[in-house]
Amino acid sequence: MTAQLNRRSLLGLGASLGITVNFLGTQAFAASEGDLAKKKLVVVICRGGMDGLSVSPPVGDANYANLRGSIAMKPDQVLRLDNTFGLHPELTTVHALALKGEARIAPAIASPDRARSHFEAQDVLETGAAHVYGTETGWLNRTLEALAPVRKVEGLSVGTTAPLILRGKVQAASWSPGKGVDETARLPTLLQDLYKNDPMLGPAFARGLETETMAQQAMTAMAPTPAMNVAAASTPAMPGMPAPMSQNIANDRQNRAGSDAARKLGSTLGGFMIQAGGPQIAAISLDGFDTHAGQQGQIATRLSYMDAVLDGLHDGLGAEWKNTVVIAVTEFGRTARVNGTGGTDHGTASTGLVLGGALKKGGGIVGDWPGLADNALFENRDTAPTVDMRGLFKGVLADHIGVDRAILESKVFPDSAAAKPVTGLV
Amino acid sequence: MSKIACQCKGERRLSLPSKDMMAAIAVTRFGLGARPGEIDAAKADPQGFLIDQIRREGADIPQDGGETSAQRFEQMRDYQQQRKIEREKKDGEGDKSAPQAAKAADRALRDKVSADFLARAQLATNTSAGFRERWALFWANHFTVSSTKQITSVLIGPFEREAIRPNVFNSFENLLVASSTHPAMLTYLDQAQSIGPNSQIAVRRRGAKVGLNENLAREIMELHTVGVDAGYTQGDVTEFARALTGFSVGRDNEDRQGQFVFRDPAHEPGARTIMGRQYAQADIKQGMAVLKDLAADKRTARHVCGKIARHFVSDTPPPALTARLEKRWMATGGDLAQVAKALVESPEAWDPTPAKFKTPYEYTLSTWRLIGAEPSAIERLAPILTGLGQKPFSAPSPKGWPEDAQTWASPDGLIKRMQWAQGFAAVVADRTDPNALAVQALGDRLTPPVAKAVSRAETRKEAFALLVMSPEFQRR
Repeated sequence: MTAQLNRRSLLGLGASLGITVNFLGTQAFAASEGDLAKKKLVVVICRGGMDGLSVSPPVGDANYANLRGSIAMKPDQVLRLDNTFGLHPELTTVHALALKGEARIAPAIASPDRARSHFEAQDVLETGAAHVYGTETGWLNRTLEALAPVRKVEGLSVGTTAPLILRGKVQAASWSPGKGVDETARLPTLLQDLYKNDPMLGPAFARGLETETMAQQAMTAMAPTPAMNVAAASTPAMPGMPAPMSQNIANDRQNRAGSDAARKLGSTLGGFMIQAGGPQIAAISLDGFDTHAGQQGQIATRLSYMDAVLDGLHDGLGAEWKNTVVIAVTEFGRTARVNGTGGTDHGTASTGLVLGGALKKGGGIVGDWPGLADNALFENRDTAPTVDMRGLFKGVLADHIGVDRAILESKVFPDSAAAKPVTGLV
Repeated sequence: MSKIACQCKGERRLSLPSKDMMAAIAVTRFGLGARPGEIDAAKADPQGFLIDQIRREGADIPQDGGETSAQRFEQMRDYQQQRKIEREKKDGEGDKSAPQAAKAADRALRDKVSADFLARAQLATNTSAGFRERWALFWANHFTVSSTKQITSVLIGPFEREAIRPNVFNSFENLLVASSTHPAMLTYLDQAQSIGPNSQIAVRRRGAKVGLNENLAREIMELHTVGVDAGYTQGDVTEFARALTGFSVGRDNEDRQGQFVFRDPAHEPGARTIMGRQYAQADIKQGMAVLKDLAADKRTARHVCGKIARHFVSDTPPPALTARLEKRWMATGGDLAQVAKALVESPEAWDPTPAKFKTPYEYTLSTWRLIGAEPSAIERLAPILTGLGQKPFSAPSPKGWPEDAQTWASPDGLIKRMQWAQGFAAVVADRTDPNALAVQALGDRLTPPVAKAVSRAETRKEAFALLVMSPEFQRR
């Protein structure tokens, strides 16, 4: 970006691109564009169907202990939020933020998908469509596309592979810890030349090189945190990389090492986002939430990694935390009842987390709590959804990032009219 | 470049590219990348070169000590026992010293998993039957088991040797039954502990801590057979899970320790209805009957043939190709040797435009094959694959590794590949003639821009890295 775009120049740009005046006329510029450009959004995708009743155990719900049986938590085991809800004891960062009014839970949130298939539900979560196979691009990418005529917004995913949520017309960056690019080598330039007519490799590689440059700056800026190495990339917190095979010996030490790496990952991501020209929107995936058996230990480890990523992100963003909203969601929740193997099976609504210094200070939950009475459960089985997660996404994109509401309804989340935007969060 | 042409006169006919081009495609698209001289060897009869690799006895078996899953299961149990003893001793006597014996046992088990993976990679780099190995890898990924559980991790090598490889040119039903009854699958998808709520065990224990686990049933329907859009309901999944109760693994004190057992007392009594069909059978016959029907279902043929076409040819394969595979599948009762043959015989599979982007495993192994070498130690291989996003034996979910270009051709993925290519070139390139290597790697698929870039490189290292990072080499 050369110069800051103002509204007048935007109108001209919009016209030259064939954008209708109607769109620009309804653009919600509550604040100046400069302020909106500072706002940051991080989406954490918890893969595998995260159990909401473990994230925010409703210990005050009369039916909770009975349904959960052997895996129920006692009221004094959880980090209390209110008379109904607590947080899992591993979520200390989230709890500390909640006490400051900088974190909320949405305890009964779900995508529109009801198939209880991981893969379909993840697709729906990431495409933002009303049905599976509704579209092949991700809603964060369509957000970048919608903003493009207004201001150039960078998107970044953390990890070697590109998640669906950021796939689409706009080439988003991806990054994972590594050794860095040798800037003296000719190879990057020669490859750019070789890829110049390749519609897939050309843009992706160019974006990869840009991101590497930014990574060097981000990590230098964060000294004395040591540069991350490839070993860190193999920690369980990384997307697509499950826990090391041995969870038994020196379990604590491994968990600590995993948490340290997760924290560094979060702080590096924060470092990226405060760079000039850095990403305004980022996505990060955490695996391993599919807990069919022996759930308690598994989910404690996963949640401790998530908490560490959030802690690191909070640190890495520094003063910019005040401009940030973080949303952590999963493709679906799990059964309300414990199953025969100390775990839970695929369910429906789960808990979403909304955090950030940009939130209006305050508490309370996002959406209603349907309760866990048998007749309140979805299909007498799962937590019933009260909030469509697209409503949460739409509310945050409109109020926090300044995406036009009409565009949100038509392009970013088509067929989502029934999902009312969650407003008043920022 | 010759392309498949449609001669729309009467019956639709497709023309194949030249034999030289077909040889390059046979080796790079259907196989694992060219070893020295391999493309030349395929030139006389490229389709025959592939068809000759199809054989009833199945895929090759990696040479890694050959321990059975029962042996591995027993070793894991011994290790867990040892650990338990040491932990109790530690608690009781305040002994803070590290649990040495358990630690050694843990390391030994991990070494075995590494040896399994290395042996598989060495087979892939050395085999002259690249198509046969790719066909086996496809099925191993279709029936994914992953090291997310410690007990499963030591069984993955045996799973491939015992359940997958012998059956990949067998009937699909046999492959499905072999994988669904293997201890690796039964532990990975939590089936081993699943108990019918009205079974003898549940009645005896009055329901305490026993019950159904529907994970395996769901993934068999969704991923292994009819596919998620087949129209089944949650009720069908639960009923199938009830039919499968009793499918388990023998315990320490049982004859069949670490092997498949059917536990009648855990089986849910009664008849089941699954996707509109009645299953009145008692005991193991009930689950087996469901598996048989699922294997024979035409929706299974459609789902799996679509996957085969996407794996070998394109993320969006020509519908005519998928239709051919499905037709052969249904005509032969899911005979996988026949389906493999149909793939090779389908002209749509020989479109010279390379569409598929190699996964990290395919990519790195094809690079070793190019120089006629093999990874000599797990340390030479595992960190690379982990860094490229495909940690050994650790598929992120039961769906297996993704195989589409969008996933792997990410900005970070390309940067990581380039860094690896630079390092690899620094070690091996000085022993090679880059121009000859480019021809050897790609045959008629080598394009002038890549040949030129390689020939103009400043050093052998640079030339080598350019070749293996070229669009042609990274696609197949």
